[in-house]
Amino acid sequence: MKNIRNFCIIAHIDHGKSTLADRLLEYTKTIDKRQMQAQLLDDMDLERERGITIKSHAIQMEYELDGEKYILNLIDTPGHVDFSYEVSRSIAACEGALLIVDAAQGIEAQTISNLFMALDHGLEIIPVLNKIDLPGAMQEEVKDEIVELLGCERDAIIPASGKTGLGVFDILRAIIERVPAPKGDPTAPFKALIFDSVFNSFRGIIAYFRVIDGEIRKGQHVKFMNTGMDYRADEIGVLKLTPTPKDVVRAGDVGFIISGIKEAKEVKVGDTITDFNNPALQSIQGFEEVKPMVFAGLYPVDTEDYEDLRDAMGKLQLNDASIVFEPESSAALGFGFRCGFLGMLHLEIIQERLEREFNMTVITTVPNVSYIAYTTKGEVLPVNNPSDLPSPDKIKFVEEPYISASIITKSDWVGPVMSLCLDKRGILKNQVYLTSDRVELSFEMPLAEIVFDFYDRLKTISRGYASFDYSPIGFKESHLVKMDIMLNANQVDALSAIIHRDSAFDLGKKICKKLKELIPKQQFEIAIQAGIGAKIIARETISALRKDVTAKCYGGDISRKRKLLEKQKAGKKRMRSVGNVDIPQSAFMAVLKLND
Amino acid sequence: MFGVYIHIPFCRKACTYCNFHFSTNLRNTDDMIRAISGEIELTALPTQGIKTLYFGGGTPSLLAPSALKILFEALKEKTDFSGMTEITLECNPEDISIKSLKSWKDLGVSRLSLGLQSLNNAELQAMNRAHTAEQSLKSLSLIGEFGGFEVSVDLIYGTPWKTDQEWQQELEFILNLDHVQHLSAYALSIESKTQLAFQIKAGTVLAGKDERMIAQFELLQHEIQERGWEAYEISNYCRKQHRAIHNSHYWTFVPYYGFGPSAHSFDGHQQRYHNHANNARYLSEINAAQLPRIEERLSDADCLNERLMTGLRTIDGVEIAQLHRFHGDWERENRQQILHFIEQGLLYKVGDALQLSASGKLISDRIISDLMWVE
Repeated sequence: MKNIRNFCIIAHIDHGKSTLADRLLEYTKTIDKRQMQAQLLDDMDLERERGITIKSHAIQMEYELDGEKYILNLIDTPGHVDFSYEVSRSIAACEGALLIVDAAQGIEAQTISNLFMALDHGLEIIPVLNKIDLPGAMQEEVKDEIVELLGCERDAIIPASGKTGLGVFDILRAIIERVPAPKGDPTAPFKALIFDSVFNSFRGIIAYFRVIDGEIRKGQHVKFMNTGMDYRADEIGVLKLTPTPKDVVRAGDVGFIISGIKEAKEVKVGDTITDFNNPALQSIQGFEEVKPMVFAGLYPVDTEDYEDLRDAMGKLQLNDASIVFEPESSAALGFGFRCGFLGMLHLEIIQERLEREFNMTVITTVPNVSYIAYTTKGEVLPVNNPSDLPSPDKIKFVEEPYISASIITKSDWVGPVMSLCLDKRGILKNQVYLTSDRVELSFEMPLAEIVFDFYDRLKTISRGYASFDYSPIGFKESHLVKMDIMLNANQVDALSAIIHRDSAFDLGKKICKKLKELIPKQQFEIAIQAGIGAKIIARETISALRKDVTAKCYGGDISRKRKLLEKQKAGKKRMRSVGNVDIPQSAFMAVLKLND
Repeated sequence: MFGVYIHIPFCRKACTYCNFHFSTNLRNTDDMIRAISGEIELTALPTQGIKTLYFGGGTPSLLAPSALKILFEALKEKTDFSGMTEITLECNPEDISIKSLKSWKDLGVSRLSLGLQSLNNAELQAMNRAHTAEQSLKSLSLIGEFGGFEVSVDLIYGTPWKTDQEWQQELEFILNLDHVQHLSAYALSIESKTQLAFQIKAGTVLAGKDERMIAQFELLQHEIQERGWEAYEISNYCRKQHRAIHNSHYWTFVPYYGFGPSAHSFDGHQQRYHNHANNARYLSEINAAQLPRIEERLSDADCLNERLMTGLRTIDGVEIAQLHRFHGDWERENRQQILHFIEQGLLYKVGDALQLSASGKLISDRIISDLMWVE
């Protein structure tokens, strides 16, 4: 055990985590250069394209230093706020962390929150200043930031470049010399922490774990303490470049278990594996059920594809236990599903995976957060869909989820960032200068306000130089109303949204205007109205179509013109109608694009 | 039976609204004429059956008579002209003279399609036309005096520059000329990537209002009806018995061969092809003895949709039996939609044919699209 080192990497997107990780694999000869596919650890296509890690992974390296052989387990962590619980479990499986900071960018909000998580778990932090070969590198300034933040010695910071390989041997030495060996009782009953799981269509679920105490042998009867399920360890092993079967995995090490589990939801990240007959007394602390934060309706483009969508969602759930869904129906969109996601990125990922892996294009309705309605009769109702909100006379009050948000930006943009957050009902809690020109702002704000129209505006006003992170802090009472949209007096249920009363007029006006752009003219006039209860707060009119005619239709025009009109017809077939008004799919997402 | 279209891809000036294929660089005309006659030579043209020949562009009238002659000779080399019923030349007013008229007559041209567009100098200038209203009037009287040609006139309406009153005056003037038998009246459409589209986007030209186009369309129908002319296609009007034969063949799916850059061809069944719309590329391919074709195979749905589209635009409408050749369930599948259009007074059913009303013509693209067969 004294020659095992378990560590993770904390870094902001684009700060070079994956490239540096690839270097570690290369320098420890875990893989040779020939096998190297850029950014090896991110093995989902989607991850490689977006340059981010969605799910965490792990890999074992062997390295000899001063005549002594060591086992280094790198536990990769996801790099997005939507997946912060998974990050926390990965961190809990390690004794040390590489803090990678881009020498040209400095520390970002995401990095800080993960760093604090690592410090909370008592991890040894090894700061690495990456990309020092870049022309824009500001080594001294960024070192100041790191020293300020960690209180470490200046010379503890390792200058490196994932691109050239500079500093990689220093990092390997630091991991061995500075990260403590795992502590655990090899003779105690078997106890291991699940920090990740992946789905394999042939083998079922493969769970990744870190052994805390004792050891696990092939064929052992084990129990998952939080779910209460028990299994036979059909196959266990360690995570080399590919999973390598072993007969035993011992205390301190990282491994995998395959036990015939078919569905991802049976394996919960953070759960404790123990021996069935000789169980550990206590499970490992920190286990949480992952709760969806954002909800949206997903509907098949063709109503006939409902069953196919159900199949696709079911298959996605096999390897992503964090999505939840239940059937719902909409007058406008027909049959579909109300789905819960960890956040907006997670929603986008699911949408993209449906398209890529199942060739399934979906209409996504306006996302909303989960509210709690307290009725006059004393009921407490969760509201995951605007249409679930009881009518105003039956509501005593409504609560909405709040977050604590941290934004790091250049001091030049503090003004605009602050006014954006205040505009989004944020309350400034703290303002800290990390260096003379970088500021961390802390806000409390409603989660609903960052669901739409927040990231893009934050990026725009800070010219891309603001990073953002948040964590939920519970529910607070708010003055919320349900805004409905009517087309020629018919309510379009899929366009209803729960919003704060103070922004209702402004939002209503913007939505009506946007819909006017998106809904094509029809042979009659269309009234677009936004209303709260019986009160109309905004209105736009689409005039009737009176002219739509091509002047020339000769030999050379026929084919081009035909294609154009066929395309129109295909688009129209995919529209949904409410009353007699045809609505294009883009209109259902209109609320998300109010400022385009 | 077949027609031949020859595309002359040159113009003196670029009209701001035009998205047809042309070049204003006139230095290569000789090379181009050689290449087009080369293309005719390379093509397996039937030796019998040519009914119509059409020179379009571009501006065919800017060619020297000797150049036109080369094309005539190349064609006559391949096919027998004895059954020819119509030879049309598109021409611009600035090219009309006794000399040019005579040379065209000698070659066998029977019909002139005169690109007037407007009788208002401000409007001609705004559209960057190469002629004045005075030249237009002069060319018309020259053609009348010379005699012996079928004459068609092109006019544009619904522009930002023409009032309803000016439109009425133009129509009255043209329709009252005895030697003009045919009018092609085009509602201005803003085609993407044209200079006009950029001007409108930049705000230097204000787009004409829908109301103006509608009013001028209605005015046109009125003037046509009053004189007993025939509105035989959305943009085409004539005295009885003077329809354009070549163009009408496009709408009845008679085969045609197109020569020159960007020219389209159709085999009368399910095969279309067209040439590259690039003069240099066209020249180099022909010089390498290759046909610069891009082929398009039509599906049954494409065939049905084309018949629906061109048929509904014409006075006779589209016969449902014609559509059922490609999809026997078309009427049943569209019954609701058809009834709806009939109730709204946009469509008539006359015998087995569906025809557009005047108000239906105004939104014909929408009606056609709604009735198309798209899986």
